[in-house]
Amino acid sequence: MKTGFSVFLAAFVALGVSWFGLVYGPLKQLGVATETKVLQSDTKWPLQRTGDATLGLQVYRSAGCAACHTEQVRQSGAANVLTVTDIGVHKAADLKDFVRSLLGTVPELMNSSNAVAANLAGWNGELPKVLYSGADDTVVSMLGDKLKAVGVKTEARVVATGTDIARGWGTRQGVAADYLYDAPVQLGSLRAGPDLSTIGVRAPDVNWQLQHLYAPRSLVKNSTMPAFRFLFTVQKKAEGKDSADALVLPKEFAPTDGYEVVPTAEAKQLAAYLVSLKNNAPLYEAPFTPITAAK
Amino acid sequence: MNPTENKTICSSEIDASCRVPLLALFGGAALWLVLGLALGIAAILSFHKPDLFADIPFLTFGRAQAAANDLLLYGFTIPAALGVILWIFARLSQAPLALPIVPVVAANLWHVGVLVGTISILLGFSTGHPWLEYPRAAAVLLFAAFTLVAVSAVATLGFRANRELYPSHWFLFAALLWFVWSYGTANLFLVSNHAPRGVVQAVIDWWLTNNLLFVWLALAGLGIAFYFLPKIAGKPLASCGYALFGLLTLVFFGSWVGIPQSAPVPAWLPTVSAFGALLSVIPVIALGIVANKTVCGAKVSCFGGSFCFIRFGVSSFVVSSLLYISEFCPRYSRVLEFTWFNFGVTQWQLLGFVGMILTGAIYEILPRVTRRELPFAKLAKLNFFLFAGGTLLFVIPLLIGGLEQGKALANAAVPFADASAVALKFLRISTTGQLLVLLGALCLLLNILVMTLQWKLGLLKTVVGVVKDSLAEGSAYQPLPCDKSACAVLQRDEEAKP
Repeated sequence: MKTGFSVFLAAFVALGVSWFGLVYGPLKQLGVATETKVLQSDTKWPLQRTGDATLGLQVYRSAGCAACHTEQVRQSGAANVLTVTDIGVHKAADLKDFVRSLLGTVPELMNSSNAVAANLAGWNGELPKVLYSGADDTVVSMLGDKLKAVGVKTEARVVATGTDIARGWGTRQGVAADYLYDAPVQLGSLRAGPDLSTIGVRAPDVNWQLQHLYAPRSLVKNSTMPAFRFLFTVQKKAEGKDSADALVLPKEFAPTDGYEVVPTAEAKQLAAYLVSLKNNAPLYEAPFTPITAAK
Repeated sequence: MNPTENKTICSSEIDASCRVPLLALFGGAALWLVLGLALGIAAILSFHKPDLFADIPFLTFGRAQAAANDLLLYGFTIPAALGVILWIFARLSQAPLALPIVPVVAANLWHVGVLVGTISILLGFSTGHPWLEYPRAAAVLLFAAFTLVAVSAVATLGFRANRELYPSHWFLFAALLWFVWSYGTANLFLVSNHAPRGVVQAVIDWWLTNNLLFVWLALAGLGIAFYFLPKIAGKPLASCGYALFGLLTLVFFGSWVGIPQSAPVPAWLPTVSAFGALLSVIPVIALGIVANKTVCGAKVSCFGGSFCFIRFGVSSFVVSSLLYISEFCPRYSRVLEFTWFNFGVTQWQLLGFVGMILTGAIYEILPRVTRRELPFAKLAKLNFFLFAGGTLLFVIPLLIGGLEQGKALANAAVPFADASAVALKFLRISTTGQLLVLLGALCLLLNILVMTLQWKLGLLKTVVGVVKDSLAEGSAYQPLPCDKSACAVLQRDEEAKP
């Protein structure tokens, strides 16, 4: 490295290759993406946000919500689940014996027999009952067929697994297609607060969102979220009556008598945006069975 | 300017040529550092008392935190590094700074850019892309200012007396190119009216973040350390071959890191990043060995001096880089992702690694360029202990807290509120460390400000004296010739070239 040019060349090539791989490549692969379709449906995905929700994304950006919240569910894998929904004329004990005999005789079930047996132990007939949950889809179809033959109704589903899913933050992982209409895309990198990619499913009530923004601890006792009171106006009640959109607050969070809390336009937009976050449709790259399909 | 002329130029003249640009760059940088740390503490206060800033929009956590982070990187680290780079290039070239007015203009442009950017974020006009929050007006200023400084630095490099390049040259020259390209690209794509659709935005932002926080910091920090360590230790850099190997592996592998393992993008992207991270262990170890071998056995009595700062910085480089790399290991990332761990690592890189090296370098350079002793030499020593202790106290609880939080989050049986509460305990300790770092930064700011004031007063006195003399005698003012013996005092170091 005796000349400036050789240093320049080395740095240029190194950064150029990385640029080609991590900027140009994704631009060519993902930058041309268009909307996809929800699995087994004609619904377009992602859903186009409307009016206030679109503006709300900018409020979310402006207030820096992504500093504490992610919008991205992680998934560790997927499982095939077989659930008994109706045991027909049989008794639970008889069914248990029947399944145990199947486990001992059907070769396809041998590998998973311990798992199924463990699920059956201590079962007294309460429904629905998960018989099998694991990677092997032949177990699900085989066992389902055998049980159907004796008049027991089961359902087979594909479900996403993982801690985030178990926490109820979503039904599947976040994928690139979910963020197509976000500008800017705000995935977040810290979970000081919970993930928000399905907050619109978990808390679909706009008034709940508004109250939570104004006084988080009035709804979630241990919340560490800062209150966003600057998105609201405290004003004198007109003729002693509440305005139409005034918040209904518990006493310890409410302003003094004769005053009311009214959300500003930004607060309403932010709430509309939060309610619009529903990344829970099954997609080709993130499949799961959303509705029960009786066997 | 031909090389034979350069030999007649003494170091004090080179230093004098850097005086104004360096004071402009360092002064602003120290001010931004203090403001950034103060804003960072204000932001974290929201976690100690959630309703504290409920009525003050510009201090809400999301805004204050982003502004504080950007102040550390764009406000302090980059301008301070640029100042040190200019001085090192001039010294290594044994030539005065080329185009000395350009970096003065650039320094002011840069600081205006940071001011505009910070105010924009606090008012809610951030772009929403982490580490690229400054809106277009600020980004354009920063880009122009950096390019101007780079032009001056490269011109100085061109005038060098000795044609052979020293390892610091490689690192710092690469750093100049690196920033211009990555910052330019990211802004062109993300802060434009035609931003790419969807998650590509996040990918480009991760690429930029990695190239600034990992590669650029390593290039600038180590380039500066590889100049000062041999010089102060009084022996040549341990191995130029290792340094070259480290540089090449760093730029080729390090630039591929950055895509989080669970990112909602095609799987090849995080996989490539994981490989890049794994291979980046090589340059980190290699460069750590070079620095360690250079420092080992050096008989430098160092009690809070520049040597301490830079040695601490280099050790921080190895540790913080390995922690950074661990975040991209698929197995660990499941736990560490989305926790305070990442914040801790970043702060260690910014404050513990580059921040330490830059502060040490500034204390070493300032007396030379202003030809004065540090006004508060004891505060400078105190600064080391405040920075070193403060950074560790700031960062280590965040790392442990992040790990604990991650373990709790990875267990679905632990309610979310409990997982957050785990981290809060550690956050409270870390704020104490943050306060110590802030005190240290105040020492630095005080030294630079008082020194600048002294120099300006001296300048005023000279001007008044000259005017008086010329009025009295009518004789033209003659600049003093370069006094070799005076140089020798200031220049206790001939260029320690291997």
